[in-house]
This record gives sequence, structure tokens and C-alpha cells, in this order.
Amino acid sequence: MDSTISPPAAVNLFEGYTPPAGGYDEMFSSPGMLREPWGRFAADVNQLGAGELSRRWDEANRLVAENGVTYGALAESSDRARPWELDALPLVISAPEWNAISSALVQRARLFNLILLDLYGPQRLLSRGLLPPELIYTHPGYLREFHGQRIPGDLFLHFYAADLARSSDGTWWVVCDRTEAPSGAGYALENRIVSSRMLPMIFRDCRVQRLASFFIALRELLQRLSPPHRENPRVVLLSQGPHNSNYFEDAYLSRYLGYALVEGGDLAVRDNEVNLKTLGGLLPIDVILRRVNDDDCDPLELRADSILGAAGLLQSARSGKVAMVNSLGSSLAETPAFRAFLPRLCRELLSEDLLIPSIATWWCGQAEAREHVIANLEQLIIKPTFHGFNKPVLAGWQLGRRQRDDLIAAIRARPCEYVAQERMNRSSAPVWLRGRPQPWSVAVRTFLVASQDTYLTMPGGLTRASALSDRLELSISAGERSKDLWVLSEGPVREVTLLGGANQAIQLRRSGSELPSRVADHLFWLGRNIERAEGSARLLRTLFSRLTSEGDGVHLPEIPVLLRGLAEQGQLEPGFIVEGMTPPLPPVEQVLPRVIFDEAEPMSLRSTLTVVHDVASVVRDRLSLDSWRIIHRIDQRFHPSRADGAIDLVEALGLLNRAVIDIASFSGMVAESMTRTQGWRFLDIGRRIERALNAINLARILIVDDKTPPSALEAVLEVADSLMTYRSRYLNSMQLPAVLDLLLTDDTNPRSLAFQSDTLVAHIDQLPRDRTQPLPTLEQRVGLSIANSIRMLGPAVLGDRPGQPHCARLDRLLHRLAGQLPHLSDAISHRYLIHAGLPRQLTEIRPMGCRRN
Amino acid sequence: MKYKITHTTLYTYGEAVPVCHNLLHLTPREGHGQTCRHHKLIIRPHPTSIGRRSDTFGNLVHFFSVEQAHKRLRVTSISRTEISGPQIPDPAATPPWESVRDHLHQKVEPAWLEAVQFAFDSPAVVTFEALADYARTSFPAGRPILEAALDLTRRIHDDFKFDPTATEVGSSLSEIFVLRRGVCQDFAHLQIGCLRSLGLAARYVSGYLRTRPPPGKPRLVGVDASHAWVSVFCGNAGWVDADPTNNVIPSVDHVTIAWGRDYHDVSPIKGVVIGGSQHTLRVAVDVMPLEDDPPAS
Repeated sequence: MDSTISPPAAVNLFEGYTPPAGGYDEMFSSPGMLREPWGRFAADVNQLGAGELSRRWDEANRLVAENGVTYGALAESSDRARPWELDALPLVISAPEWNAISSALVQRARLFNLILLDLYGPQRLLSRGLLPPELIYTHPGYLREFHGQRIPGDLFLHFYAADLARSSDGTWWVVCDRTEAPSGAGYALENRIVSSRMLPMIFRDCRVQRLASFFIALRELLQRLSPPHRENPRVVLLSQGPHNSNYFEDAYLSRYLGYALVEGGDLAVRDNEVNLKTLGGLLPIDVILRRVNDDDCDPLELRADSILGAAGLLQSARSGKVAMVNSLGSSLAETPAFRAFLPRLCRELLSEDLLIPSIATWWCGQAEAREHVIANLEQLIIKPTFHGFNKPVLAGWQLGRRQRDDLIAAIRARPCEYVAQERMNRSSAPVWLRGRPQPWSVAVRTFLVASQDTYLTMPGGLTRASALSDRLELSISAGERSKDLWVLSEGPVREVTLLGGANQAIQLRRSGSELPSRVADHLFWLGRNIERAEGSARLLRTLFSRLTSEGDGVHLPEIPVLLRGLAEQGQLEPGFIVEGMTPPLPPVEQVLPRVIFDEAEPMSLRSTLTVVHDVASVVRDRLSLDSWRIIHRIDQRFHPSRADGAIDLVEALGLLNRAVIDIASFSGMVAESMTRTQGWRFLDIGRRIERALNAINLARILIVDDKTPPSALEAVLEVADSLMTYRSRYLNSMQLPAVLDLLLTDDTNPRSLAFQSDTLVAHIDQLPRDRTQPLPTLEQRVGLSIANSIRMLGPAVLGDRPGQPHCARLDRLLHRLAGQLPHLSDAISHRYLIHAGLPRQLTEIRPMGCRRN
Repeated sequence: MKYKITHTTLYTYGEAVPVCHNLLHLTPREGHGQTCRHHKLIIRPHPTSIGRRSDTFGNLVHFFSVEQAHKRLRVTSISRTEISGPQIPDPAATPPWESVRDHLHQKVEPAWLEAVQFAFDSPAVVTFEALADYARTSFPAGRPILEAALDLTRRIHDDFKFDPTATEVGSSLSEIFVLRRGVCQDFAHLQIGCLRSLGLAARYVSGYLRTRPPPGKPRLVGVDASHAWVSVFCGNAGWVDADPTNNVIPSVDHVTIAWGRDYHDVSPIKGVVIGGSQHTLRVAVDVMPLEDDPPAS
């Protein structure tokens, strides 16, 4: 297909690159003979030089790592948010070659669409004997619940992906079809963004086609699928949630496309309409781009134990109130068994020959194919016909005698459940390894989206690479590297962007109460935990700075007061603050550094930071990128430098200092960059509640007895970040009443209790509620009660000495407020945050019948 | 025979439930000597939305949701059904069972294609070798299919003990096979599994069975139950029902509601509630003859 040209003189980066003999190499037709599409790339990259390429690649991988951090799954594999490392070298394909692949795949997508329409409709393919009924009727992906559904515009398949491989003779084959909820488009996009930043000049010079046109077509399609009367249709991306390995892509794509990322728990079906549960009530959804499998979509009609979809969703889709992309039931076409029938189906349904062959595949449900498979097992890969059976993919040539016999027996027992496919020697392409190119096998996945009356192919895709060809067959996430796929342009590159044109009319909007309740819940807890972390880090920092001071260290008079503060926060065993109990316990300065890093202790600073990170990671799409980076940095940094966790006071002080600064920069981001939506409000409510509790704690440790030394007053002011203010007002005279005023009643001090309660009252007034109700809500009343109690505090109370009646009254009041704040938190959660509850299945009563005789 | 059938299901929840979604298979089917003259559903509280559709097997499905807080949900289905009884072919004149098996996997005429979807495993009927071995006793080479199927019905009736406490709704076929006990649903699944393990097509029939009071005793109201039996595809002789629980060929005492591959395709009431705590369930079925029995023939 491609002609070869003699390499330019400078091709030395690839000198010594020797693809395996007998295989097809994407870049070289024979050693030293460059294939035509690669000419410019090879020249440019040579000019760049190996050193610079490696340097930029390291830089690019850092970006990938950061994105992974930003969007990665929460699962155990959070350190490996994506399955593959991005390779430094792209795969280059010429425009004519890609055009040929593209038209072949468009044909294939049209074909699958027709097959699905028929199988969920008149089933002529069965009555005409073109597909064996066994294949459909034993297929768990054949959803009888969806047979006869109405498909608007006869468009069943909206979004399709094909996995491609090139064999030694240069022919492209389809090795896998994805028709349900294809994954990988987000990775392709990410690879592109990273690789074009890594090699911007080469990217431009090579005239690589842009991917944006594909995503624009996807957006247009989703827009078009919504009911015609809707001006601003609501499109959501239904994810399987942060614990699923696809979450990276879901978050990445939803942000890129500008759609809300939702989970099953966010959906509610009412009167046959699917709605998004938000703080302000239910908002109808028009189109669902789903990443949830067919049988997880509706616990009423499909898998009863799944919480990934919504009860009633199927009926809503059936009645056309919501459009699903892809249509429900589309997993049917994913079975590899179909490949054996495609050439004939293509001739019958499209009156065309199939343009791109599928890898040779035998479905054991047919006697002849079965015998062929059994006779040639050593050369074949055996796969389950239907996914979801948890059966492994087996390489016939790796089986021992015993395994082989077992497999044959299994095939004979349930032949419909097995397919075999040919082993393929895939083409190779150079992969950048230790500063040199190495030939690795490659697999290409590309994507198609329905557009007008046909399909549009992504001019690019996701390329996976592995040192071992066979590994790429075994699983979709297999392979050690991924590559960007550069499809060259024949003329000048058309610049497209997903942002609307400048002259396109746009309706101005303010985000209101469209916040999903689930997200508000997470933001609330993010606020509480970040503030808890700040409170404890500040207290610890002051304590550690005293312990490491030149003076008496542990014998300083303020130390017991600070330790009491820690004990009240639950960070320290109370034994340390009870006099006379000290001897059996190790010295506090030895215990403390370990205590703050103890993950097993729920109130330790380390545990709080873990919660902050976990909660923030599930609402990443609501935080700015920088905010999330800061959270991630706090989490990463806050570890002792030694693996065994041993740490001295000075190192701990350094880490605490950084944590305080990092938390402050997060607060700065929130204050300066977060729009004042209900989401922000819930984050702030969480913070205020926690800060109020902290202020109460600090005040109470000062009035325990009348022995509090002035140095302790100073230390507590430092913890409360109020020392500067105090000094500017009272110079160096440390007096308890003035300190208490700053901590509790001074409503101009953003750290005071009064400031928190006033802010809370204002926030609660702004929450969505039923305005027709004349009386204040429970949370309004609790908030006002707290604020009023603080306002009523007079100088007599604040001025009394510890141990005296007024001071005891203050302590009782603070104790009561410390109990009311959690009460306020509960009242808010009950009204706004806790969901109507999980769906549960009603018991069924089975027919008992009766025996008459 | 004419019947008035009342089927009431009552769910009582521990605390109020804000939303429930439900699916019903409660309308008697038409055809095979049965006519449904009248059917109505009474749902309390009133459903917010209700609709109906025909499922892939031709059964009528109602779906509804209640979107107001409620502590009880009552679904009453009332129907008047007339049964003349199906035509039952002479068992000895039906085709040899192997020819039906072979044609099932070759013929693509509508009746055969319609039948073949009932020839494979389904969620509640997962076959295994021992089941086929058990079935083969009734299916010697060349035996007419209905004769063989009725022999199987008789053997299940004789070999398996009716015992409502032995199994539950989720019991697997292999458990039932080992226990040798169960209720009508289990026996139906069992016979279906036996037939399918031989490559034949069989479907699950959900319905009612009229209970006849002992001679001289009055009929008790509301003590009837939902019932289940099987239907066997006999090739050109069509579908013939068999009741392994009672070892009879259903006639005018059996009222058909729906059929499917197994219980899960046609369960009378399915529901999902959002929120709420525990719930209890009560069911009452009454099959009332609207005329005297025809004189015994």
C-alpha cells in the first residue's frame, strides 16, 4: 500500500532498530527503509535528538500522572489510574490508508445497527436462516425486555468502537467490536493532548488531523437525540462511579464534553421520566450517555441487585422520554460469535461486500466449526462467547494435556458458550525504551459516532503496545504502553474546537440549585474534614514549635494546655493530661510524632487527611484543577520521610508547617475561584461547623482552671491565628477576657465562634426550601439559637476568673453549643443530603399451587 | 367453565415508602381455549402513572408507580374468564420426540422459531447431565413426544414430594433435584429442565388452579393459590400443557395468565421500593366458578 523512500541522511535515532523478521513493521518496510507516511516525523524527531525526546517524554509522563491523579479511579489501583504508560512515539498512518479503514468501519457500524434493529424487532435474520437462533436465544445480552422497543430514527447504535490489528501481509483486520458502552475514547483524547504538548512543532509539521471534530459530532448527536421541544436539553454521563476502573475516562470526558457526571444514586424515575436529584428538587434528564452495562440499568426489570441504574429507567426509555446512548440491549452485538456470520449478513443487509475482514473466528455452537476448533486447538485462542461468565481467555498452544482435555469436554458440554479465533502475528512499531526505539506489537482501537445518516470515524484512536503480541489478545486493558495515533492530513489541517464560535448566540446562565444531592453531601464533608485537618495541624504545629524550642521544651508551662487541646480533639490519649498518670506512659515528645501519622487512629491528622483526599476525589469534577492538585499534594506530602514511619520532632514540624500552608492555599482557591453556588455553600457550611467546634475547644481548655499561664493564652491565640490581631489591640498584655473575646464573641474575627455562627445562619437562609411555609425550618431555628447564645455573652461572663460562677456558666454554655452544632449538622443532612434511600426489591411470592391427590 | 378470579396482594411496610415501581403479570391470556371477558386492576394508593404493554412472549404486562408516601400497597386483580378447554392431541399419534428435537434446530418457520426460544437454559432453569439422565427413561428412541412427556410428568409427580417448606423462590434446579421435594413452581422448572436437556422446547405457564372442595363440603373463599405448570412443544401437534404437580393435562380447571421461559419472565408482581424498611406480604387468591360443573363425562 505505501511506497518506500530512501531514508534521509539524518535517520540515526532509529539506527539499529530491527523489527522481527517476517512481521510487518509500521515504520520500516525493511531495515533502514522508512515507510512514506513516517518521513517527516522521522526527520523532525531526529532533529530533536534522543536526549531531548527523552526529556520531553519524562515531562509528558508527569502530566499524565497528574491527570491520573485528577481523574483516576478511587480503587485500590489509585497509584495506577490508567492501565498503560504513554509512549514517546506516536503511531503514524497516512490519510488514504486511514480513509480506507474509516469507510470499512462505517460500513461495519451500519451493519451492526441493522443487525440490532432486526434482532430487537422482526428477527428476519433468524427466519431467513442468516443467524442461528441458538446464538441469540442463549445470549445473556439478548434483552427480551427490550424486544419490540421503538427506536427513534432507526438508530440503535450511536457509538461504536473497533479493535484493529495488522497482519504480516499488511492487511488490517477487526479483532474486536464494541457496541455497548465502548471505553477508550477519553484515553485517546488524553494521549492526544499530552503528545501534542510534548512535540508541538513536530505535531504541527506533520499535519496531524484533529480529534475535536469527532467529539463535536458526538455532542451534536446527543443534542439531536433529546426531545425536540427542549431548548436546553439535559445530557448526563452515567458513570459506574469512582470505584470503577473507567472512572478516569468518565470524569475526563464529562468535563471535556461539558456534561454532568452522574451515578445511579443521582437518578429518580417519576411519572416515566428520568430525573436528576438535586438540592432544588428533581430535574428531568433527556439523554443519558451511559457507561453502565445493559443489565445494570434497571433493578426493576433487569438485575435486581444492581444499584448502578434506576428503577423504572427501562420503561422511560421504552416510552421515548429519555434517550439512551447506546440503546439498551446493544451489548448483544459484542459477541465474537457474530464475526463468523458478518460477510454474509453484510451482503444480505447492505448488498455490499464486507470491506474489512474480521479475524478468523469459529463459533462452537455450529457442529462443523466446533470440530475444526477441537482439531486445531493448539493454534487457536479460545474465548467465552458471552462476557460476564468469568471464563478466561485461553491460548490453545499454552495448554497442558490435562487442561486441553478439560477444555474440549467443556466445549462439547456447552458448545454455544465458546468461540475460537486465529492467533495473529501483529504488526510492530517502535516504542521508546531506555532512550532507544524497540519493535513492539501494536493494537489500535478507534471510535465511530452516528452523524447525520452515517457514521463519523475518529481521525485517531487509542493504540496499545506490548512486547508480546499475544498479550494484546487476552484483554482490552492489556499491553504495557499506549501511543497516540497520528492520522496525517492530505491538505491543511482543519482547525476545530469544541468551544462554540464567537458569533454563536449563547444564553447566559447562573448555576443554581442543580447540584446533585450526592455531590452536596460530599462537599459538606470535604468542608468539615479540611477544617478538622487545619485545626489539628495548627494545634500540633504550635505544640511542636514549643517542644523543639531552645528553652525548657517539654517543661514549658503552656504544654499541658496544648496537650489538653489535643486530647479534646481525640488525637491524644487522655492519660497524658492527667497529672500523676504520666509515669507509665512514654514521654509525650516520643509518642506524638507517631500519633499524628497513625492511620489506624480515626482522629489522627493522617486519617483526617486521608478522608479529605477520598471525599475530594469523588467530587473532583466540582473542584478546580488547582484545588484538587493542592489536596493531592497535601496527601502526598504528609508522610514521614522514612519508610518505617520513624520521625523526629523537627521533621514533623516541617511537615505540619507545609500542611498548614497547603490547606491555606486550598482555602484561598475556594475563596477566590469557586463560584458561589450551593456547592460552595455546602462546603462552607461544613467548614464553619467544624471551625466553630474548634473555637469552642480552644476556649474551653483555657478556662479549665485558674492556672492557665499567659504563655498558654499566647499559644492558643497562635493556634487560632489571632495573635497578630491581639497584639495590635493589647500589645503584650495577655489577659483571659480579651483572648476569649477574640476566640468567641468578636464577630469581626473570621476565626471566632460568633463569626462562624453568623455565617452559618446566613448560609442556611440561602438554602433552597419551601418558601410557602411561614415558620423557620429546624435548621434555621438551631442556627439562630446558637448565634443568639453567643451574642448574649456579656463582659461579666467573659471577665470572670476560672473557677468562679460566671466562668462555670460559660463553660456549660460552650459545652451545650458543642452539642448543638452536630445537631445542626444532622438537621441539614436530613433535609438536603440524605437520599430518599436505596432501592430495595419487594419480596415475591411464588406460586405454591397445590396437589390435589 | 366460567370463573371470577380475585387475586389480592398486600404489602405492608415498617415505615412509609415514598416511591415504588412495579410490574404485573396478572391478566389472563387469550387463546388455547381460553377467553378473558373482563379484567380490572385496583391499586391502592392510586398509582401516579400506570401503563401496559405486551411482552416478548405476548403476555400483557402492567407497570405502575406510586409516588406518594404510603405504608401499605394493595393490588387487586379481578377477571372473568371462560375456558372451553384446549384440543388435546392423541399422545400416541404425536411425532417421535427425536424428530421434533432435530427440526427445532433446523426449521425456521414461525411456529418453530417461536418454539426454539424455549429450548435453552434460562435464569431459573440451568440444566445438567443428571437431569438429562433422569429424563431419558421416559424418552426411549422413537417414542411419540407427548406420550413420553406425559410419562415424565407422571414420574415427577410420583418421585417428588409436595412440600412447601423444602424449597424457596431462589432454590436451584440441582437442589430441588437432590431434595426430591418442592412446590408446583419447582416441579414445573424441573420438567422444563428435563425436556430442554434433551433438546426439546418447554415453557413455564403461570396461572390459577381451581380447588374443588371435598364432596359434600362448601367451597372456601380465598384459599386458592397461584399455580404453575409446563407446556411442551410437540412439533406439528403444537403446544400441550402438562401439570406435574397433579399429573394431569390441564383443561377447564386451569386458568392461564402468562407464559415464559421460567418463573422470572412472568412473576405475578415484581416491585422496587425506594427507601423504607422491612415489609410483609400477604396474598389471597379466589377462583370462583360462575356456573355449575358440566356433568361428568
